[in-house]
Amino acid sequence: MSKTWQTTKHVALAAVAVSAVALAGAAQAKERISIAVPSFLSGPAAGPFGVPSRNGAELVIESINRGKLPAPYNTKGFAGAIADPIYVDESGGNTKQVAEYRNLVQKRNVDAVIGYISSGSCAALAPVVEELKRLTIFTVCGTPRVFEEASRTYIFRTMAHATADNVAAAHYVTTKFPEVNSYTGINQNYAWGQDSWRDFNLTMQNLKPGSKASAKLQFPKIFAGQYGSEISALSLDKSDLVHSSFWDGDLESFIFQGAVRGLFKKKKVVFTVGGTASYRLGKKMPDGIILGARGPYGVLVRDRKTALNEWFIKAYKDRYGVFPSGPAYQYGQGVLAAKIAYDNAAKAAGGFPNQDQVMKALTGLKFESFSTNVDMALAGGHQAITEHVYGLSKYNADTGEPGASDVVFFKGTCVMPPDGVKSVDWIKGGMKGAKC
Amino acid sequence: MDLLITILLDGLEFSSYLFIVAVGLTLIFGVMKILNVAHGSFYAWGAYAAAYLIGVVSNHGFTDLATMAMIPVAAIGVGVVLGAIIERTLLRHMYHLDEVIIVLATFATFLILEDTILLVFGVDPYFAYQPMAALGNVEIGGIGRLVYGLSMILLALAVAVSLWFALNRTRWGRLLKAVIHDREMASYLGINVSRVYIVTFVIGAMLGALGGAYVAPTVSVAPGFGVEVIVLSFAVVVIGGMGSIPGALIGAMVVGMARAIAVHQFPELELFVVYAVMAVVLVFRPEGLFAPAKARKI
Repeated sequence: MSKTWQTTKHVALAAVAVSAVALAGAAQAKERISIAVPSFLSGPAAGPFGVPSRNGAELVIESINRGKLPAPYNTKGFAGAIADPIYVDESGGNTKQVAEYRNLVQKRNVDAVIGYISSGSCAALAPVVEELKRLTIFTVCGTPRVFEEASRTYIFRTMAHATADNVAAAHYVTTKFPEVNSYTGINQNYAWGQDSWRDFNLTMQNLKPGSKASAKLQFPKIFAGQYGSEISALSLDKSDLVHSSFWDGDLESFIFQGAVRGLFKKKKVVFTVGGTASYRLGKKMPDGIILGARGPYGVLVRDRKTALNEWFIKAYKDRYGVFPSGPAYQYGQGVLAAKIAYDNAAKAAGGFPNQDQVMKALTGLKFESFSTNVDMALAGGHQAITEHVYGLSKYNADTGEPGASDVVFFKGTCVMPPDGVKSVDWIKGGMKGAKC
Repeated sequence: MDLLITILLDGLEFSSYLFIVAVGLTLIFGVMKILNVAHGSFYAWGAYAAAYLIGVVSNHGFTDLATMAMIPVAAIGVGVVLGAIIERTLLRHMYHLDEVIIVLATFATFLILEDTILLVFGVDPYFAYQPMAALGNVEIGGIGRLVYGLSMILLALAVAVSLWFALNRTRWGRLLKAVIHDREMASYLGINVSRVYIVTFVIGAMLGALGGAYVAPTVSVAPGFGVEVIVLSFAVVVIGGMGSIPGALIGAMVVGMARAIAVHQFPELELFVVYAVMAVVLVFRPEGLFAPAKARKI
């Protein structure tokens, strides 16, 4: 009897010890989470996009960890947990990204992935994310196909997609420049460039029936770098306006070459991602270019006086020595969405939330971000809409800083399709339900 | 008429740029039988060095026009330093190996040099617009053209004439031809083949770097800069005939003009046209248009 009692006592003690260790382990897991942040850290997209993206994420993550974000986000951590960021390089192609994503989830066991710039990366990763079932927030990539081709459970996107860029561009052109009756385009020859042109062209036909698209559209290879012949062809084209969704180093090279050849004096040019070039080119950026920044970010919201925006601009400039461009805002916004979701989920759960609870809190979330309000309104609460903005590039010689004039904001419900409607169908159908 | 003039000038400008880069590649192949993938890195290093030096001298108060002097400085510096290091430390130990092994070694060198660029220059693109801005533009065929772009045609002509003269009218050229014809026999006749090799490799590297340095003021010099050009250069060299300098000239002209016509008349074919031309040439002339005749050893 005594021996049985002794055995039982040992088993009980062992069980208590194991439970204690397990609980201690669980408690420790709640103190820290790991977040992977992929962006271009090498290659032509690193300077204009990848590095500002990484910096934006870094600034916001570290501020959250220290509880130094402005109110109402000044609580420490993600549901109290300190985030350990893992910065990974997005360059190298889609196959590499898929392998890297598997590595992050299966070997490094990250709690969330927040990032991705290229539409190619997001399109390739979408099915893999669903397979591996890890919370993933796409921050910049623009292709609408991510949520239009299939329903997604584990993927969220915290900014508007490419349709908004091009619908807003067409709205801006038709209202500010009614004399524009014909247009051509130069876009990179892959999903991003082709989708952008398609959406812009369809919207122009909607908003200005009878306007004429050129038959000689330019679709050079991404990262081509030299556009001598293309600039000649655009200059000879009779169209009034040139549309371009160029980004990365291609955008800057094109502006350099086009500016010296007088392209921007001869034609109206709309760059849907042109905002990223403003700060980098400085006074070399010609005045009067129609600029987008893939939403209300960067140079186009420089003068927006909200506590969060003023904090973000100051903190970023103090730390990195330059003003934050669009990608910095967009990555910061993705990280902020994750923090809010973790905090809200913890409140609802009464303790540190699991992934399902975080995703539930993120679904349909509405929040004030650094430069705009975000509404996760589409794709079953997984795809954000925000207001959109365009303006004209305008260098301020007095301050020695680039800026924008004639800035016009568009409601998110004006430039994004309603929930459940594919972008192309929406535009082709006359953009029914748009609230402008 | 405006269109015709524009296509012609666009084609010539692009051909000139391709020729300057590709002639270095074909020179190295012709003499040393090395398909040098690292040539793209010479181009990228030349661009970075030029952009950096132009920025430095511009910040020291030099005029925009004066900054152009940094282009040959960068090309010569990169060619001499990188060319000599690679030839002396790597290639000279591999000449007895199979050509495929040497190609792989130059590919590895290319990757290393690409990463070295990141370490030395960082990921931020460099802008060196001063020479391009200094020369301004001129209206030809109803549109503005870069004088700097047109000057590239003159540079390519100067390179072509210089190479022709060096090969056909100098002692060095005769030595080179002897080595091309038969390396072993040249060696037995007392020609210092090792010295011919390093001189050839350095000149080839300088030409690659010159292409990059001259293009740098017109573009955003960014990581990955040398990848695109090496593919196009191979196309030029294959069309012209590997190892043939006149072939590189004609190959560059064919590719440049075909691309310009496509961009202006059939823009949807622009990506395809260079490789289509290459395929057609290879169907009818598998060795390229101007492949040098090979002596058969018995």
